[in-house]
Amino acid sequence: MTMNDIAKIDSKEKTLPPLIQIKNVKKYFPIRKGLLKKTVGHVKAVDDISFDIYKGETLGIVGESGSGKSTLGRVILKLSPATDGEIYYKDENLTHLTNKEMRQYRQDIQMIFQDPFSSLNPKMNVYELLEEPLLIQTSFIKSERQKKVSAMIEKVGLRKSDLHKYPHEFSGGQRQRISIARALILEPKFVVCDESVSALDVSIQGQVLNLMKDLQEELQLTYMFISHDLSVVHHMSDRVAVMYLGQIMEIANNESIYNDPLHPYTKALLSSIPTGPDETEMQEVRLKGDIPSPANPPKGCPLSTRCPFAFDRCTKEVPKLRKIKDDQQVACHLYDKN
Amino acid sequence: MHTDLNILQIDHLKTYFHLNENKIAKAVDGVSLSIKQGETLALVGESGSGKSMTALSILKLINPPGKIVEGAIYLNGENLVSKTDKEMESIRGNEIAMVFQEPMTALNPVFTIGNQLVEMIRRHKKVSKKQAKERAIELLKIVGIPRPDEIMHEYPYQLSGGMRQRVMIAIAISCEPQLLIADEPTTALDVTIQGQILDLLMEMKKKFDMSILLITHDLGVVAKYADEVAVMYGGQVVEKSSTKQLMNSPKHPYTVGLMSSLPSIKNPKKRLATIEGTIPPAYDFPSGCRFSTRCPKVMDRCINESPNLYPLKDHHDIRCFLYEKGVDNDDE
Repeated sequence: MTMNDIAKIDSKEKTLPPLIQIKNVKKYFPIRKGLLKKTVGHVKAVDDISFDIYKGETLGIVGESGSGKSTLGRVILKLSPATDGEIYYKDENLTHLTNKEMRQYRQDIQMIFQDPFSSLNPKMNVYELLEEPLLIQTSFIKSERQKKVSAMIEKVGLRKSDLHKYPHEFSGGQRQRISIARALILEPKFVVCDESVSALDVSIQGQVLNLMKDLQEELQLTYMFISHDLSVVHHMSDRVAVMYLGQIMEIANNESIYNDPLHPYTKALLSSIPTGPDETEMQEVRLKGDIPSPANPPKGCPLSTRCPFAFDRCTKEVPKLRKIKDDQQVACHLYDKN
Repeated sequence: MHTDLNILQIDHLKTYFHLNENKIAKAVDGVSLSIKQGETLALVGESGSGKSMTALSILKLINPPGKIVEGAIYLNGENLVSKTDKEMESIRGNEIAMVFQEPMTALNPVFTIGNQLVEMIRRHKKVSKKQAKERAIELLKIVGIPRPDEIMHEYPYQLSGGMRQRVMIAIAISCEPQLLIADEPTTALDVTIQGQILDLLMEMKKKFDMSILLITHDLGVVAKYADEVAVMYGGQVVEKSSTKQLMNSPKHPYTVGLMSSLPSIKNPKKRLATIEGTIPPAYDFPSGCRFSTRCPKVMDRCINESPNLYPLKDHHDIRCFLYEKGVDNDDE
């Protein structure tokens, strides 16, 4: 990244009010047992998360499986109700809206899913797939819808002649293009991309990432980009939040996360990317053992069972997300001077 | 220790699937490879490139309509292609073992971990049940499983993905094979676990003096763990060299494209270079060079003629007409 880009990102933020605000959002899934299905505990999939997303930026969310990153995406889109906390779009509080009231916002907030094989209805052809959101959300007449669909299919790099084909006739990369077209046809402002390129081969992944970046610029989209792949998140994001067991461990701009990570977990994630034997690596942090079950997380810091730097306090007290530098917040007792 | 002895040598292997009268999928089409003792050879490629089919051919686990139609596979000089099913049974697990991608489906869900390990040991070695059990616990310890005595009595679903993969490795090394085939061993695992498992594989390689055929799509893994690398595309090896050489100066347009389409944290770029188009299916390869439909440097000749693997210096082989004369006539 050049200095120019960094300056651009800095100026992009904070000049405008945030597009999306997440305030202390929690999502607990009850664990029920026995004949009467009594609740015996909770899986804290998302546990007290707050952040803002600004217009035009991409916030990357990285984490391993079970970190709650996908649940977070679903909760923000209200595909799954939050247990607690508030979600704002522009200045509108979406948290308590009913599904019906939510409908007017669905146009603006869309999602691109991971698996283009299961997210497209196999019985609908591409034209029908792309027309469906317009039928539900808009009052365009047929000729207008046709125009929109044809324009969109070309925008994502497919041909008009593809409109009469069915999903099974396409490769994985092409299907993901159809999913993108379907998500963007309503001209949304905010798009949650949940592992949108994880199912694709490397040479195809590059094409789709380029397409997503081009469309972001052209349509002025704001992305929340969820992925387990650190290099892909680095490529796409302006800011990055690192999640572990339902909590944010570190959130900072792209540069700081990758060049000057502070949290031991971020360091461990970065050192787990295999690089060649000749390349110099930054301080290598290896975590011991496995990710604990989210149903039975450790007391204190969620990473305390695996962290090589864990001390007494870590097993007793949950560290809060603290601002360490401009644009860099870390939840770790190592950085708490008190 | 590295010696010049080839543990495994594959000569011009062809595995075809006869889908119907006029549709033949050439999953593996003329692959030649060799692995020396103690060496790790990485087989890299995207889905459909034939890398897993090459591995399954070595174990002769190809089911109809698939068939090895040509070529030879030598393990310590003995041709596996002409072995009977019965002979193969004693070779699999004993001399060649395999670790699969998805440890949940590779382990039997209705037997305990102990059961599965003991079965494997007793199948290949004449030992008592008690001895096999002791050996099983020892193996679990070797692969770094905590509380091995208790884990013996647990079922696969009770273990995490990383633990299951450790069990798979324990089963694979139980008879101290000479060759371990690892087919995407960490693809289903989380990144922090991935490193642990690959480190373990390398440790086992040293301990038992094995050779490893590592199948992966991840070039980062190749760079860190492999000695030699073969890049596959369309059922053929398109480039073959030492890992260091390939990483520093990839030559084949496909390898170059693959490497530059990866986002890199060290050298960030605004746009990713891409390879146009999609991977052709195995029953519909272009005539001429398989990569000709997507290659940025395609010439007239590539459309009609198939290139061979041309040797460059230092055992660097490239299947591309640009390197036919054996010299590096790259523009730079």
